[in-house]
Amino acid sequence: MSMDIVIEDGAVPERTAEYVATVMASSSESYGPKDNDAFVAMVAAIRDNKDRRAFAALFRHFAPRVKAFLMKSGANEGLAEECTQEVMATLWTKAHMFDPSRASVSTWVFTIARNRKIDALRRMKRPEPEDLPWGPEAEPDQADAMSLKQESEKLAEAIADLPEKQRELIQAAYFGDLSHAQIAEATGLPLGTIKSRIRLALERLRHAMG
Amino acid sequence: MSYAAGTLDEGFSLVAATHISMCDECRARLESFEAVGGALVDECEVIELSGHALDATFALIDAMPEAPDAPWVEKTSKDSVFPSPLQEYVGGDLDKVKWRSIGSGVMQAVLKTEGPGKVRLLSIPGGTAMPDHGHRGLELTMVLKGAFEDEDGYFARGDVEVANEDLHHTPVAVAGEDCICLAATDAPLRFKGLVPRIAQPFIGI
Repeated sequence: MSMDIVIEDGAVPERTAEYVATVMASSSESYGPKDNDAFVAMVAAIRDNKDRRAFAALFRHFAPRVKAFLMKSGANEGLAEECTQEVMATLWTKAHMFDPSRASVSTWVFTIARNRKIDALRRMKRPEPEDLPWGPEAEPDQADAMSLKQESEKLAEAIADLPEKQRELIQAAYFGDLSHAQIAEATGLPLGTIKSRIRLALERLRHAMG
Repeated sequence: MSYAAGTLDEGFSLVAATHISMCDECRARLESFEAVGGALVDECEVIELSGHALDATFALIDAMPEAPDAPWVEKTSKDSVFPSPLQEYVGGDLDKVKWRSIGSGVMQAVLKTEGPGKVRLLSIPGGTAMPDHGHRGLELTMVLKGAFEDEDGYFARGDVEVANEDLHHTPVAVAGEDCICLAATDAPLRFKGLVPRIAQPFIGI
């Protein structure tokens, strides 16, 4: 389902809480990629009001996805369960760091889960780039957030439109924790083919994003 | 892209993070690759958690101290040579590097990382050539100070040279200040000359 309610810039907490309540009442089942607005409001409710209902809603949507992601990366069920809970707890503690003009909530969750995966499964550090110094405006730009939203939707469509084989390889590269050489070994395809298919897929995505 | 997916070796990740700290174009590319990851999370299958998982997570949250992100290390100042991801490995800026001489005025400092690859800082006096060498795997070399030139071109602060099995090169530090580089490899280099080949095991390149 898709949400058509747009949050105004600088929504006051009460309004946000009310909005979250409406969203959660209207659907207890599933959200799609187009529901980023609802997720952004939930993250804001956690940040401003420590809203446990909003967190529970985010948890219902993202936790099973994070767990699937971790298990595809080679974690066993127990470890994946444990790490998923830690990833979700990180969403709570870092809610104030989320910037809706720079990433969708799904992307944010992906980066947290990826970093946890590197910590837990590969037991190594992940060097992070220096943070960008923030500009004069403290509030994220609403126009940026809107264009990001449109781009995320376009991206999801573009991925869905990829030829089956290219989509599989992109997924393997992201979720399987495999290098291109390992994908070559696993699929029996020559390394050159893998690299060119991934490049082609990324090229198509870039083209679709125009 | 592998850095965005989190499948890169630690040494290469460090070069990537250091470069992205200085290159807005690559930061934008990283963010778009991460967006692909996010979109894949949206449409990936789901594996349900155990019944008490939400309560367990709330218990985790309650057990966590308030305001955990207080000791966010002081920002690296504008005039530091190393961006913050590199400073974390060195324990500070250029003046904190523990150099070891490896001959001809060249100095190196190997940084501690996990995994099969190696990452090191190199300091090459202006005008000095590194021994002619090829590669058994991938070598990423990023310039932090000064510049070097080889068969492939001219590399200055922020630039990264990507060398693989096909490239055989003799990097020469451009005359003037010392050239400081961050170099990550996943396999030992292949030197042409006999002397560097003999010295190789001792200096760990």
